[in-house]
Amino acid sequence: MAARLPAMLKDAALTAFVAAALGIFVVGFRTVDVGSRTGLSFDYQFADLAVAVVVIFLGRLGLQFASNGLRWPAIALGAIMIAAGASPMTLPSGFLHWFVALGGAMLVIRGAWPWATQAFGAAAHTTVGRRVDAFGIKWAGWILLGLALVLPFTPVADQKTMDLSVLILTYVMLGWGLNIVVGLAGLLDLGYVAFYAVGAYAYALLSTQHGLGFWAVLPLAGMMAATFGILLGFPVLRLRGDYLAIVTLGFGEIIRLVLLNWVDFTNGPAGIGSIPGPTLFGAVFAETAPEGKQTVADMLGIPFNSNQRLVFLYYVILGLALVTNLFTQRMRRLPVGRAWEALREDETACKALGINPTNTKLTAFAIGAMFAGFAGSFFAAKQRFISPESFTFIESAIILAIVVLGGMGSQIGVVLAAVLLIGLPEWFRELGNYRMLAFGLAMVLIMVYRPRGLVGHREPSIRLHPASPGGSG
Amino acid sequence: MSAAAAPALIEVDHLTMRFGGLVAVNDVSFRARPREITAIIGPNGAGKTTVFNCITGFYKPTVGRLLLRGEQDYLLERMLGHEIGQRAKVARTFQNIRLFPAMTVLENLLVAQHNKLMLASGYSLFGLLGLPGYRRAEAAAIDLAKAWLERIGLLADADRPAGELPYGAQRRLEIARAMCTEPRLLCLDEPAAGLNPRESGELNDLLLSIRDRDGIGVLLIEHDMSVVMKISDHIVVLDYGRKIAEGAPAAIRSDPAVIRAYLGTDDAEERAGHG
Repeated sequence: MAARLPAMLKDAALTAFVAAALGIFVVGFRTVDVGSRTGLSFDYQFADLAVAVVVIFLGRLGLQFASNGLRWPAIALGAIMIAAGASPMTLPSGFLHWFVALGGAMLVIRGAWPWATQAFGAAAHTTVGRRVDAFGIKWAGWILLGLALVLPFTPVADQKTMDLSVLILTYVMLGWGLNIVVGLAGLLDLGYVAFYAVGAYAYALLSTQHGLGFWAVLPLAGMMAATFGILLGFPVLRLRGDYLAIVTLGFGEIIRLVLLNWVDFTNGPAGIGSIPGPTLFGAVFAETAPEGKQTVADMLGIPFNSNQRLVFLYYVILGLALVTNLFTQRMRRLPVGRAWEALREDETACKALGINPTNTKLTAFAIGAMFAGFAGSFFAAKQRFISPESFTFIESAIILAIVVLGGMGSQIGVVLAAVLLIGLPEWFRELGNYRMLAFGLAMVLIMVYRPRGLVGHREPSIRLHPASPGGSG
Repeated sequence: MSAAAAPALIEVDHLTMRFGGLVAVNDVSFRARPREITAIIGPNGAGKTTVFNCITGFYKPTVGRLLLRGEQDYLLERMLGHEIGQRAKVARTFQNIRLFPAMTVLENLLVAQHNKLMLASGYSLFGLLGLPGYRRAEAAAIDLAKAWLERIGLLADADRPAGELPYGAQRRLEIARAMCTEPRLLCLDEPAAGLNPRESGELNDLLLSIRDRDGIGVLLIEHDMSVVMKISDHIVVLDYGRKIAEGAPAAIRSDPAVIRAYLGTDDAEERAGHG
């Protein structure tokens, strides 16, 4: 082992050198605005760079240890780095503490990895392990659902958590909706946010101008979005792959531009404000009820609490998302759902079997759009203010990323991906500017280690022989 | 019923298909009868697959009439691609296998029964509600799929993804999938390609049973002469887009035009032949 030490040190030094050469421009300098007369000047951050390069040197050395079978040195090095990151030592920025500690944590994980896989591998082969495995596959969804149901009553449910949960659930619902179009039918839709916008504006306009309530508008908004889906789909769905993606991308932008420029109808960039929230049996969530209405607190005879509205919103979106999921699960087992998947696999073969590809794609497109419409009206009711700014291309991209990262067509994968993609950036908010870096890193890691998505396994829509875990029956 | 007197199942008349300046099929006419296996043979590039693509609606013929006879007659050249499978009941397989690889074997066979099941599920409405009418239709569809899986020996593999099956099994599954659409005419594009002798023997038995047990007319493109000569009732030979011969296997085997097309001509041979 000692003989290989110089080679390892050399390799680590080389890595550190490359990191330094790249980092000198990325991390070493920062341009600062020093006023209009002198313009930009440089701010030097060589201390940051030095710390980063040292961490990379140590990290690379640790990885070398681990891959050469020196697990304990790797773990020890990682532990030292975690301790250094967590210590009150003065580093140039708070982010560097995270950087050092995370690097250490990754080293510890890498060092302990062989043991973990060994232990898991051995456990998976025992009968108990198999049973736990089967139990997990079968019940994971139900366990998640149970957790989701009791979440508002747990001590962690402060306002921040509930806000984030509502946001994540909105994206879960959107992901499930888009999963029908992209995951099942295989139609790459880059303009999904357009239908979300249609639903949101449908509720915003109908409620503020015609006084309709949330529950009355909800089905209308869904139908309207579905109509838009059919209108767009009819001419467009004969296109395949990339062409379809480009046209849907354009459609998404067109809807946004119309919302932005048709000022008489949509109030343009100023948006629509004071949208009423959803009601519970006609009662509103507010401290004092508007005329002719009743507050929920009065109706139930409980003291008013500003969190009640959030909890109610949480259950509304949870219900909507579950409806989306149930509907999709059911459709997957019906002939139309199987035809969607068959279209994704081979359109030519579908045609030869007498399946009308246009109609089948249209149903997928319209149903996907309908759920986006539902989610859109919920969004408008939750935010109470919407403007075209909420419906930019990046939203479509995020929803698509959720579907793809989750594993195309996998319902539980969408949940995991939504928690990762929406939750992580929020939890990493303390990292400031480096938030997106951490986000990007997480995505790269998923793509490297799970190229088919978090849940790449496809469960057959029907079985002839009962499932047996681990064997092919 | 004597074969000659039986009415045709499909009448191909003056079929011509041009791609720009290239004439892929030139004025080809032939008949295929029900309960018979009609083979279309010819050297590479003779236009066999183009004829298939015209019959199954993937190409619109430049000239010609394609008449499918049954209780109701269909003019195939006037129908949209998927309608030919849906209403005229013409099923086909492909030269390069086109299964739904990520879906299971059973699902492949259920997708083939899509139109029937769509009706039974009330365009998904009854199916969503879980009405008994749809459940019965689905059970019947599964029974049909099971019967076919038994015939092609894949019953044990019903829940495996189709893409995982060995090559020969995929070929058989594609034929079973086409048969699950309950067709009147089955078009097979080189079903024996890439099969070993044992597998191609099994294929012969399967095709004969489709002809005799199910009473389906089969149209077959094939290069493997051991298959063609053994099971065909009628052979149509194409070369450079033209029909050069037509008849029973024995007659085709000794037809000079066919031999010339397959073996090429050589001056010496030509003279010897004439002498």
